[in-house]
Amino acid sequence: MNNVKRRAFLAGIASLALLATACGDDESSSDTTQAPTTAGSDSSDAPTSSAGSETTAMPMDLAGELNASGATFPKTFYEEAMAEFMSIYPDVTINYAGGGSGKGKQDLADQVVDWAGTDSTIKDEDLPGFKGGDVLYFPTVVAPITVSYNLDIEGLQLTPDTIAKIFLRQITNWNDPEIAAENPDVTLPDQAIVVAHRSDGSGTTKNFTTFLDRAAGPDASGIWTLGAGDTVEWPADTQAGEGNGGVAQIITSTVGAIGYVDLSDATDAGLNMALVQNSSGNYVGPTVEGASAAAGGAEINDNLTYSAIWADGADAYPITAQTWIIVYKVQPDAEKGMLIKAFLEYVLTDGQDLAGSVSFAPLPAELQQMAIDQLDQLEIG
Amino acid sequence: MSVTTTSHTPTLQERLRGKGGHADRSFRGVVYVSGFVVLAVLALIALTMFDKSRAALSHMGLDFFTSKRWNPPGEQYGVLSYIWGTVYTSVIALVLAVPVSLGIAIYITQVAPNWLRKVMTYVIDLLAVVPSVVFGLWGILVFAPHVLGFYKWLSRTFDGWPVLGNIFGPNPQGRTFFTAGIILAIMIIPIIVSISREVMETTPQTEKEAALGLGATKWEMITGAVLPHSRGGLVGAVMLGLGRAMGETIAVALVIGSATGQITLNALTSGNSMPAVITAEWGEADTLKKSALIAMAMTLFVMTIVVNMTATAVVNRSQKRMGVR
Repeated sequence: MNNVKRRAFLAGIASLALLATACGDDESSSDTTQAPTTAGSDSSDAPTSSAGSETTAMPMDLAGELNASGATFPKTFYEEAMAEFMSIYPDVTINYAGGGSGKGKQDLADQVVDWAGTDSTIKDEDLPGFKGGDVLYFPTVVAPITVSYNLDIEGLQLTPDTIAKIFLRQITNWNDPEIAAENPDVTLPDQAIVVAHRSDGSGTTKNFTTFLDRAAGPDASGIWTLGAGDTVEWPADTQAGEGNGGVAQIITSTVGAIGYVDLSDATDAGLNMALVQNSSGNYVGPTVEGASAAAGGAEINDNLTYSAIWADGADAYPITAQTWIIVYKVQPDAEKGMLIKAFLEYVLTDGQDLAGSVSFAPLPAELQQMAIDQLDQLEIG
Repeated sequence: MSVTTTSHTPTLQERLRGKGGHADRSFRGVVYVSGFVVLAVLALIALTMFDKSRAALSHMGLDFFTSKRWNPPGEQYGVLSYIWGTVYTSVIALVLAVPVSLGIAIYITQVAPNWLRKVMTYVIDLLAVVPSVVFGLWGILVFAPHVLGFYKWLSRTFDGWPVLGNIFGPNPQGRTFFTAGIILAIMIIPIIVSISREVMETTPQTEKEAALGLGATKWEMITGAVLPHSRGGLVGAVMLGLGRAMGETIAVALVIGSATGQITLNALTSGNSMPAVITAEWGEADTLKKSALIAMAMTLFVMTIVVNMTATAVVNRSQKRMGVR
């Protein structure tokens, strides 16, 4: 750690010297104005000039502040990545306010944040509202959304049709023959099912209902009729909890309850999670590997948007949610632009190793490379 | 009022006008502006809300107010069930809070010994400053789980009764209209108590003593002298409580159960209210839904204005009848 910091410091001095010569004409931020004096006083020092050769290999020393808001779903991962990034670059402050994908998109459109997190893509009709021009999508991580339940049975197997019927209250008891048929080796209790869903508008709800809509909706078996959205018209005899934690709390406290919860909250609450049948007909559990496999099987658009839900692949977990960091392609403020690029690069490279520790899945290698390549499209300064 | 002076010594009014004229005028100007700012802010809020809600209102037409379907995936936004939830929880809160509050106020002002009066006033004022999220969290973590048994008992006991059987219908869970109503009642009791208390304290001592002197019991003195005297103020207190109950957001959002499309007399089932929906669904909303949520806010705004105007009218009328003013 110490070593890293010192090398970063040396590289920093070198880069300041470079900056002093390179950006002399720019309307200067505080860093560039200070650069000439720093460089001037140190110019006779041999170590400084020799360190200059390292700048190409080392990221330059970064300073400044980035503000962001948006999706709460990846917030745990971003906080982890931000903390690590800020410990490497102590002069950098990044704030991620959460507030939902909708808020993130709105804030980026209004240019009140430097980057935003979102679980959903921007609608075409909203694009003109983005004052800073073109927006780039950087996929960051994926994560499974679990179907968790409170029963003394582990690894219950459920098909999308059964899940749809349960959440529509068409199946109301755990000993229903349809559940029994999918779980021949299990004795199911005579226990009423309590359905728990989100009370707040949520990207998790959107992804879960998108799964049901694709796997059991009008184009499939036609059982799921509520469509897909951040809130849907849940039957009235269901329960609603605030946030993933609220749903997890209902499941924990109610025997026979079932609900959809993201993997990290479900793991924290120690919930039992169902194995869900994927498009290949296999029952797959909500694991980090299953989520990466789903992202690997998804069709990626040119702008790196994609949907990992109900994606192809024998090992793909079918309810896998994707999330992006969105930024403006043109970054007029050089300092901010560098900072954004460096942070994105960190999230897409070393930051990927942090994902597993907070129950998120890293991007599959191919998608990761596409995202790293896209960094070059940023127009900084 | 014209001033007629016969002597050379200027009256007080003249002296004030002469010396402070300039200061007076600028003070009046400042006060005018301050007063105008309030109106301007109100007008701008109304204007902005109207402007931003246009998209949803023109998309939905009159259905926005008459439909109970709130179905974002199908871009159907009808707020009727949330209007019902707002009104119903507020009414439950009032039914529970008003008798209790009046009882407390009467006890404090007319019955309690002096030392207890001070303690009770202090404690109730303290209740008024508890942040609403605290009530909400208490409601969701403590109250809702424990009240379930009581709800089941209620719905069993009144099963088959007219009206009460409908109000205490089948109960699936602890987060219901009734729970929200109870939490709201606890929140508005301090407001109603402190205003009622102050109003009751203004009853002239002479009237109370006259009643007692005529041989009235304490109860007769309260119903005969104190309550008629304070009627306007009491209505105002209740209406303020109602305004607070209708606008309460986070506590209700946590305990009402967040079910959509619920227009039912059954107080023991889940529903939702306008402020709760706005706060819960704003974060992920897309453009049209945001517009619908703003239109909902405007509906709430209009409803609270109507409540306040009714309150003012009632207070004025009963004050006139009492010969006050």
